[in-house]
Amino acid sequence: MKAFTQVTSHVTPLDRPNVDTDAIIPKQYLKSIRRTGFGPFLFDDWRYLDPGTLEVDPATRRPNPEFVLNDARHAGAQVLIARDNFGCGSSREHAVWALDDYGFRAVIAPSFADIFFSNCFKNGVLPVTLQAEEVQAIFEIVNADAAAQIVIDLPAQEVRLPDGRVFKFQINPHHKHNMVNGLDEIGLTLQQGDAIKAYEAKRRAEAPWLFN
Amino acid sequence: MAKTLYDKIWDAHVVADNGDGSALIYIDRHLVHEVTSPQAFDGLRMNGRKPWRLNANLAVADHNVPTTPDRVNGIKDPISRAQVDALDANCAEYGITEFRMNDHRQGIVHVVGPEQGATLPGMTVVCGDSHTSTHGAFGALAFGIGTSEVEHTLATQTLVLKKAKTMLIRVNGHVGPGVTAKDITLAIIGRIGTAGGTGYVVEYAGEAIQDLSMEGRMTLCNMAIEGGARAGLVAVDDKTIAYAKGRPYSPKPEQWDAAVANWKQLHSDPDAKFDAVVELDAKDIEPQVTWGTSPEMVGPVSARVPDPAQEADPVKRNGMEKALAYMGLDANTPIEQINIDKVFIGSCTNSRIEDLRAAAAVVKGRKKAANVKLAMVVPGSGLVKSQAESEGLDKVFLEAGFEWREPGCSMCLAMNADRLEPGERCASTSNRNFESRQGQGGRTHLVSPAMAAAAGIAGHFVDVRAL
Repeated sequence: MKAFTQVTSHVTPLDRPNVDTDAIIPKQYLKSIRRTGFGPFLFDDWRYLDPGTLEVDPATRRPNPEFVLNDARHAGAQVLIARDNFGCGSSREHAVWALDDYGFRAVIAPSFADIFFSNCFKNGVLPVTLQAEEVQAIFEIVNADAAAQIVIDLPAQEVRLPDGRVFKFQINPHHKHNMVNGLDEIGLTLQQGDAIKAYEAKRRAEAPWLFN
Repeated sequence: MAKTLYDKIWDAHVVADNGDGSALIYIDRHLVHEVTSPQAFDGLRMNGRKPWRLNANLAVADHNVPTTPDRVNGIKDPISRAQVDALDANCAEYGITEFRMNDHRQGIVHVVGPEQGATLPGMTVVCGDSHTSTHGAFGALAFGIGTSEVEHTLATQTLVLKKAKTMLIRVNGHVGPGVTAKDITLAIIGRIGTAGGTGYVVEYAGEAIQDLSMEGRMTLCNMAIEGGARAGLVAVDDKTIAYAKGRPYSPKPEQWDAAVANWKQLHSDPDAKFDAVVELDAKDIEPQVTWGTSPEMVGPVSARVPDPAQEADPVKRNGMEKALAYMGLDANTPIEQINIDKVFIGSCTNSRIEDLRAAAAVVKGRKKAANVKLAMVVPGSGLVKSQAESEGLDKVFLEAGFEWREPGCSMCLAMNADRLEPGERCASTSNRNFESRQGQGGRTHLVSPAMAAAAGIAGHFVDVRAL
């Protein structure tokens, strides 16, 4: 996994609550059996005026000029900001793969849905939970100046704004450690293989029907 | 110390405590489908890893499969076919049990698991699918995971998890006739909101929950995730134990008594403390209909579409305005005056035998309304389909002008050919009314099977209790 320490970037503002993973990456793209290549289809239904599938070249489609991803001022932004309950709905990790493939390294919101939140940490995309007023403050800065750059500093657990304000955020120490060091969680767990085997032996004796 | 049901299951599955609120938790059952697993199998291959315990896994293709009878000849869409072929190949390569598309036991993974006895009380159950919460109906800790966690589960039979907070949702008293588990679960989401359960595991309790059949409890827990809770739970009782008996993966006869003794402990202690408690009165719950693009945008069938102008919170008002524009609805329209184009009875929420019986009871001797272009009934599994046919339900639907299909996820998320066209409005027994969920530009109203059937007959929403 890609390590995450610090990102300095302008911000794409997506002013919606309850952005669900169907909106982040629609179902027709889940038919891909790869982990990459989802970026051109991120927010597909909002981003294009005509429908798409895996077989249609996105370069031939009509972008929706009203949608924020198509606003040239936000091109190249590595941070997305949205409202409450970002990533709700389907467990599809393709949503995180699409954000990552597009170039977003972090998403800021007042709250995230649990499965999306946990999927982010497996892919080096940092979900940053801030207070609703803090999120509002960033929206105001970005709306006033699309070029405004913020800093997300994971080791310090803070978001620094161009006007000098600093918003602290909380993160599980286990998640932080793995993100900062870009660790492979499966490899780490397999180091506890003896503990897993010991658990299984004890459990098999207590509740053998679980192993039928 | 008094424990909640969640505490009991968690404690029984701790392999190692990390000391920071997270633990390595053992996973008893891993259900696998074709959409969220191919990249996980690729990850195993790339790293030269093998599944940790083969018989913990059970696989079935459900999202991409056609529901038309010609599927015996294979899947026409080459991309869908490739995904199902990948599951077949991965299961064959590693030796994982799979019910293939034309196996009579194939169906939606959340219908198949319980039906096979692969979901048992007290288990930890995961699947790369958010509606894994369904299995909590059995007093099992069951939740959806992403593909990286699918790979982690395959490789280690464990997950690193942070312990959740606990919420008790108690539905007091008894619901009236015509009010179902779907209406209870939608009413709960209407009360707590789609993020109300975020960070929690919910336990459902109260007389109205005890009254529910196992099918009803599965419908209830299925939508825990739509209220933000990764898992829902119902305590084990005699109905749970009776359901779990005599299925292919059930405890063997010599294991049965010990299993039952264990399962009888699977309830919260009377003085257990929850982090949050929500109470509803069952008698206040009417048949529910969603009007917006989030399951929390829901109300009783007797209500009107709400007016965003009455909403004080600007973020919520903006969300309501966007939802009504997408849904093509005017504020203050009576729900019963909304005409529909299609009916979908199916999905992991409502495709079990009891759901099909309830819908059939409404349509029996009636005809689909002329303005309804398509009313489709998609059983949750091949075994549900056979059972329904043995009861003559297929004929009831066909005589009313409804279509009777092969099992799969179908138009719940429209990954196969079953979908809404832009602007079409559907009375659907599925779980998500998100924009374009059932087809790009499609408009979804979530209802119970009886309410969907009634809308198909009337051509618009109607209180099933008045039929």
